[in-house]
Amino acid sequence: MTSLSTDTPAVSRTLSASRAEAPAPRPRQSFWARENIAKILFVVPAGIYMLLYFGYPVVKNLVMSMQDYTTKTFFTGEAPWVGFQNYVTVITSNLFGPALLNTALFTVASIVGQFAIGLALACFFNRKFPLSRFLRAMLLLPWLLPLIVASATWRSILDQDSGILNQFLGTVGIPAIPWLTSPDVALIAVILVNIWVGIPFNVTLLYGGLQDIPAELYEAGQLDGATGWKAFRHITWPNLRPVVSVVLILGVVYTIKVLDIILGLTNGGPANSTQTIAVRSYQESFVNFEFGVGAAFSNILIIISLVFAVIYLRANRRAVDE
Amino acid sequence: MKNHNKKRLTKALAMAALVPFVLTACGGGAGAGSGGDASTLTLMDYYNNEPDNLAIKKEIENCAADIGVTIEREAVPGKDLIQKVLQKSSSKTLPDILMLDNPDLQEIAATGGLAPLSDFNVDTSGFAQGMLDAGTYEGEVYGLAPTANTLGLFYNKKLLAAAGLKPPTTWDELKSTASALTKGSQYGLAFSGIATYEGAWQFLPFMWTNGGSETELNSTANKEALQLYKDLVDSGATSKGVINWGQGDVKDQFMAGKAAMMINGPWQIPALNEDPSLEWGSVQVPVNKAGQTPTAPLGGEVWTVPQTGNKAKQAKAAEFISCFTKGDTQIALGTQRYTVPTKPELAKEYIAKMPDMASFTEQIANARSRTGNLGTEWPKAATTIYTAIQLVLTGKASVDDAFTQAAKG
Repeated sequence: MTSLSTDTPAVSRTLSASRAEAPAPRPRQSFWARENIAKILFVVPAGIYMLLYFGYPVVKNLVMSMQDYTTKTFFTGEAPWVGFQNYVTVITSNLFGPALLNTALFTVASIVGQFAIGLALACFFNRKFPLSRFLRAMLLLPWLLPLIVASATWRSILDQDSGILNQFLGTVGIPAIPWLTSPDVALIAVILVNIWVGIPFNVTLLYGGLQDIPAELYEAGQLDGATGWKAFRHITWPNLRPVVSVVLILGVVYTIKVLDIILGLTNGGPANSTQTIAVRSYQESFVNFEFGVGAAFSNILIIISLVFAVIYLRANRRAVDE
Repeated sequence: MKNHNKKRLTKALAMAALVPFVLTACGGGAGAGSGGDASTLTLMDYYNNEPDNLAIKKEIENCAADIGVTIEREAVPGKDLIQKVLQKSSSKTLPDILMLDNPDLQEIAATGGLAPLSDFNVDTSGFAQGMLDAGTYEGEVYGLAPTANTLGLFYNKKLLAAAGLKPPTTWDELKSTASALTKGSQYGLAFSGIATYEGAWQFLPFMWTNGGSETELNSTANKEALQLYKDLVDSGATSKGVINWGQGDVKDQFMAGKAAMMINGPWQIPALNEDPSLEWGSVQVPVNKAGQTPTAPLGGEVWTVPQTGNKAKQAKAAEFISCFTKGDTQIALGTQRYTVPTKPELAKEYIAKMPDMASFTEQIANARSRTGNLGTEWPKAATTIYTAIQLVLTGKASVDDAFTQAAKG
């Protein structure tokens, strides 16, 4: 520490000395001017962080997906290069098609459900009424619960024979539904639980967006006869659009990679009916120890997310331009 | 005065800032210096729950004292063990003594990360053949187990007595008894058909007892076992929920009186005994035709010596394993943990102490290891087995097509 503090004046002394010798610095030198160095120094920590925690894993994952990376690799450090063989294995595997379809269904249905319920609740809480703050805080609960705990709880709620949901439906006269044990229903059950998990995120962001809409707009609208549904259609929705695009696209990126809920509820079953790309990636890597194939699955997932991330960035830029 | 304090504070802080450097220096020095010294061994296992944790801890300490070493034990959650092992092997920090679940041994031994026990002249005689098979990779024994577990049929004594029934011994009896015990919210039988290795493991007693094999899954014997599962679920004697039940769920159903019988292992006995009103008994898993030998899979953990590069420590670790798998330790662990000693000569002494364990001890004598035939290919076969069960029980495939369809992945 002490050595640093003695060095600094020396550096600045030489800097000022060089400046004195060359009163008209060339443009190239100006790049090293103090101000620029300071700028660079501010960027460097963020840059190093990005390289270490985003750049390295992404590159490593890409390389791994081109290697025969198994348990042996951890001991010997040897991972033979296999090119695109892992991707061929992935795409030709019988489960790839169904898993891709399930991923799409899971993502779209979850987002639609979360967004619709989230927007309705956000509009509801936008009106002031007793206890509204308290209730809004309570809505955050699913977000605070560890997903493994939530999925274990839901698993017992959804049990066919003794689950509380079927018991309740029974009192209304609806026969027991095989939530997690029928291949036709399991995906729906998993989506319902994921919607429950995602509602707080949607409510929070949309509520924030609603709060930002100036009350004067509604007052002016009222004078012109815009109330109720009309007010929502012509005032709320257009003003909320930037927030909506953020919510939807972040929602897609978060939902497409969901793993813990599915593992906790069905582990990809029954009869592979809830397999998604994320579950395949996990099972290939950590159940079958085929880390190369698992990496290939996750890269496919990353590419799909990336497409949505780019759409998000572009939509965002357009919003700023407007 | 104030100023003085401030100075002292600065000094203290400066000293505190130095602490990490000093510590790392010490750490490095100690690591380098311990090259030839084998007085401290590190050990990793997955017994992080009671009552296993304390029982294992006590026996580890006994053996450590016996061979004159101190043991630093790390108990990690069961699910994390293999990932931990892989991490530690790539950073060259494997423990001196490593416990592995027996079906994982071949996978890890195949990587070259374990030392054959013959390198250290460990005596491997007197162990049950199935258990030795589980610890063997390409002809070399890499791991030994002090005790083992397996599967059996548990039954609720009160429910069977009320219906005037005896525990079943054949598949036909199993089906009729289970049907007779099914009424209201109570099912006759529960087993685990979940889409994990647990589901495959529970299917093995039926498959193997009937003469089936994991090397040829698409055989008549295996299909008959699958048909049994289907009959039980279709007749309503077993809940459709079994395809999402782990063995813990099966035990919960049995304890709640919602299943009169269950397929499960002796590690559930401590939980069963917590409810004094529950009277249970256990028999071997029923056979298809009278005269068949009940053959169940062998469960349990094997203890190994990883290749750490420190010969002196490895030799001590091997000495520890000899101690940890000797007769006294086997009986001590077996009585505390409801697991069966792996030396058949101890069976009589053990049953005398643990009459509840009689059927499981018999079962162990003929039990087989999962990896004995297929080695590192076992996980693939296990995946095919549990997928086939799921396909059949959900009606997505017929019994005839299930294994073929499941094998396609």
